[in-house]
Amino acid sequence: MRIAVCIKQVPDTKSVKMDPTTGTVVRKGVQSIVNPLDLYALETALQMKETYGAETVAVSMGPPQAIEAVKEAIAMGIDGGALISDRAFAGSDTWATAYILAAAIKQLGHFDLIICGERATDGDTGQIGPEIAAELDMPTVTYVNKLIAAEAKAVKVSRLVEDGAEEVAMELPGVLTVVKEVGEPRLPTLRGKLKAKSTEITSMALKDLELNTSYIGLKGSPTRVVKIFQPKVVRECRKVYAENEGMVEEAVEQLVGFLKSREVLAS
Amino acid sequence: MKNDIWIVAEQHQGKVAGISFELLTRGLALAAKSGQKLCAMLFGHNIEESGLQELIDRGADMVAVIDAPELKNFLVEPYSQCMLEILRKYEPQIVLAGATSSGRTVLPYVAMTAHTGLTADCTELDIEPESGLLLQTRPAIGGNIMATIKCPDFRPQMATIRPRSTPQAPRLAGRAGTIERLPLPEKAKFSRVRFDRFIPEEEEFNLQDAERIVVVGRGIKKAENLPLIRELADALGAAVGATREVIDRGWLSYPHQIGLSGKTVTPKFYFAVGVSGAIQHLAGMQTSETIVAVNSDPEAQIFQVADFGIVGNLFEVLPPLIEKIKRGEKAW
Ligand SMILES: Cc1cc2nc3c(=O)[nH]c(=O)nc-3n(C[C@H](O)[C@H](O)[C@H](O)COP(=O)(O)OP(=O)(O)OC[C@H]3O[C@@H](n4cnc5c(N)ncnc54)[C@H](O)[C@@H]3O)c2cc1C
Ligand SMILES: Nc1ncnc2c1ncn2[C@@H]1O[C@H](COP(=O)(O)O)[C@@H](O)[C@H]1O
Repeated sequence: MRIAVCIKQVPDTKSVKMDPTTGTVVRKGVQSIVNPLDLYALETALQMKETYGAETVAVSMGPPQAIEAVKEAIAMGIDGGALISDRAFAGSDTWATAYILAAAIKQLGHFDLIICGERATDGDTGQIGPEIAAELDMPTVTYVNKLIAAEAKAVKVSRLVEDGAEEVAMELPGVLTVVKEVGEPRLPTLRGKLKAKSTEITSMALKDLELNTSYIGLKGSPTRVVKIFQPKVVRECRKVYAENEGMVEEAVEQLVGFLKSREVLAS
Repeated sequence: MKNDIWIVAEQHQGKVAGISFELLTRGLALAAKSGQKLCAMLFGHNIEESGLQELIDRGADMVAVIDAPELKNFLVEPYSQCMLEILRKYEPQIVLAGATSSGRTVLPYVAMTAHTGLTADCTELDIEPESGLLLQTRPAIGGNIMATIKCPDFRPQMATIRPRSTPQAPRLAGRAGTIERLPLPEKAKFSRVRFDRFIPEEEEFNLQDAERIVVVGRGIKKAENLPLIRELADALGAAVGATREVIDRGWLSYPHQIGLSGKTVTPKFYFAVGVSGAIQHLAGMQTSETIVAVNSDPEAQIFQVADFGIVGNLFEVLPPLIEKIKRGEKAW
C-alpha cells in the first residue's frame, strides 16, 4: 500500500499575539510549524504502515522553507517527501491549491490512500481533502476518528458527525481527513532526524506538473479576499470582585441578577 | 427558477433539520436585497411531507426534492451527483449550505467538480450593491480577524454557513410555494463508500446543539473536582464543555473540546469556569449570545469577551451560586 499525507506549514498560533494598540495580529517573529492537526494525519499513516505495511510519503505545498515540515514528517517515521513550490502558486485559494496538490500526487505515482488533516489552523477551511478527492475522482470520508480495519482494496473507519459517529467502508484509492481522536502523534526520534537529513526530498515546480496555468495562483483562484477587518468588540464586561467571603456573596447575588436579566434564570 | 438563491436543506431520518431553517433566514435576507427567488434542495429517503411544506412556510419559494433509498444516509458521491444535477438544471447564482459534517464534505466536492469558489464557515453574508455579488464574511486566524470574500467570475457562488450563527426563519402558515420532485440521477446510484451503522453519542446531548454550556478550564485543578462543574451544569440545565488543557490531561473526552481544534459553539449562554481565554479557545465560542466567566486572574483574556465576570476563586464562588440557582428553582 502507498499512502500520501498532505501537510501544511502554518504560523505557530501559540505565539500569535494581538497588538493592543492597532488591534491587529502581530506576525513578526512568529515561527512556522507543521499544522498541528496534520500531525494526526501523519500518525494515522504511520499506524497504517505498522499494522498493514505501507510506503508513506509526506506532500506539502508552500514556500521553500516548508521543506522543514516535510523533514519533520520524515523524522516522525514517514518514508519520503515532496515539496511543491513555485512563485506561480502564491495566493492560491482552496480550489487552486487542491488542483495543484492533486496534480502533484498524480505525478508521484499511484497512491492507495491520501490522508489530510481536518483543517489548517490558518486558513481553517477543511476543504482541501474533499477537493483533492473530487479532482482525482476518488471517494472520501471526512472527520475520521478511528481506523477500524484495512485491506488491499478498502478501509473501514469511523467518522464523527454532529450527534455521534458513523461506521463506513471506503473503496481504495480514496481520501481520508482525520480528527484528533485517531491517536496521539508520536514525537520525532533522533534516528528519524538523522534520516530526514539524508533523505532526498522530491521538489516540484510549475514546470514539473501538468497544470493549466490559468487555474493556479491568485489569478486562477475563484475566490477573492476583498476585505480584512477587526471583529467588533461589542461586549463590555461587568466585572465584580469576590476576593473575600463577604464579597463572594455579593458577587453571586449580582451574577444571579444578571442571569435573570438575560433570562438565563427565571425571575 | 434559474439564477436564483438556493439553500441546501438537511434531513435526519427523513425529518427536516433545524439548520435548514437557519439557512432560510440567510437566504431570505439576500433575496430581499437582490430580488431573486429563494429555493431549497433536499436529498434523502422517506422525507416527511410536512417538512417540505415547512420549508415553504419558512421562506422557500420552491423546494426541489430527490427522495431515493440510495440517499438514506449521507454519502458524498450520491449527494454530490444530486447537487450537480440541481446546478445543471437550475443554474443557481448562490448556494448556501450548513457548515456541518455533511455540508463541509459535499460542498467542497461539488465546488471542485463544478469549478467554482467556496467559502467556508461564514458568519455574515451580504449583497454588494454595485455588482450584486455575494459578500461572504468569515473569521480567520482563530477569530482575531474577519475576512470578506467574493467569487466574481465563477458560478454558483458557494458558501457554508456556521450553524447557530443566525436564528431559524419563522413559520408563516399557508405561504405559497412549489415542490418539485426529481428522479435520482443515474450517476447518484453509485457510491464507493458504504454506510454500515450509526452510533449515537453517549452524552445525553450534543454540545453544538446545547443552548447552554458550562465550560471548564484548567482552573478546576484536577479531575476529582469535576463533579462541582456537573452540579452547576445540572442546575442550569447546561451541557459541559472544556478547554484543550482539560482534554489533554484526560479529565474529559475530546468531544467536549471547544475551540480552534475542537468544536465551534454558539449557545445562548456560555459559562466559563477557570478558563484563561486563549485565542484558540475564543475562536470556538466568542459568538455565544451571553458569556459569563469566573476566573481568579483579573487580567484573564476571557473577560475581554465576557458580558459578566466574577474575579474570584471558583471553589468559593460556585457552591453558593449552585445553592442559589437550585433554591430559585424550588421557589419557582
Ligand atoms: C494549534 C492550537 C490549537 C488549539 N486549540 C484549542 C482548542 O480548540 N480549544 C482550547 O481550549 N484550546 C486550544 N488550544 C490551547 C490554548 O492555547 C490554551 O492552552 C488553552 O485554551 C488553555 O486552557 P485553559 O484556559 O483551561 O488553561 P489555562 O490557560 O491554564 O487557564 C486556566 C485559568 O484558570 C484560572 N484559575 C486557576 N485557578 C482558579 C480558581 N481556583 N478559580 C478561578 N479561576 C482559576 C487561571 O487564572 C487561568 O486563567 C490550542 C493551541 C494551539 C497551539
Ligand atoms: N499547502 C498545502 N500543502 C499540503 N497540504 C495541505 C495544504 N493546504 C492544506 N493541506 C491539507 O488539507 C487539510 C485541510 O486544509 P484547509 O482546507 O486549508 O483547512 C490540511 O490539514 C492538510 O492536510
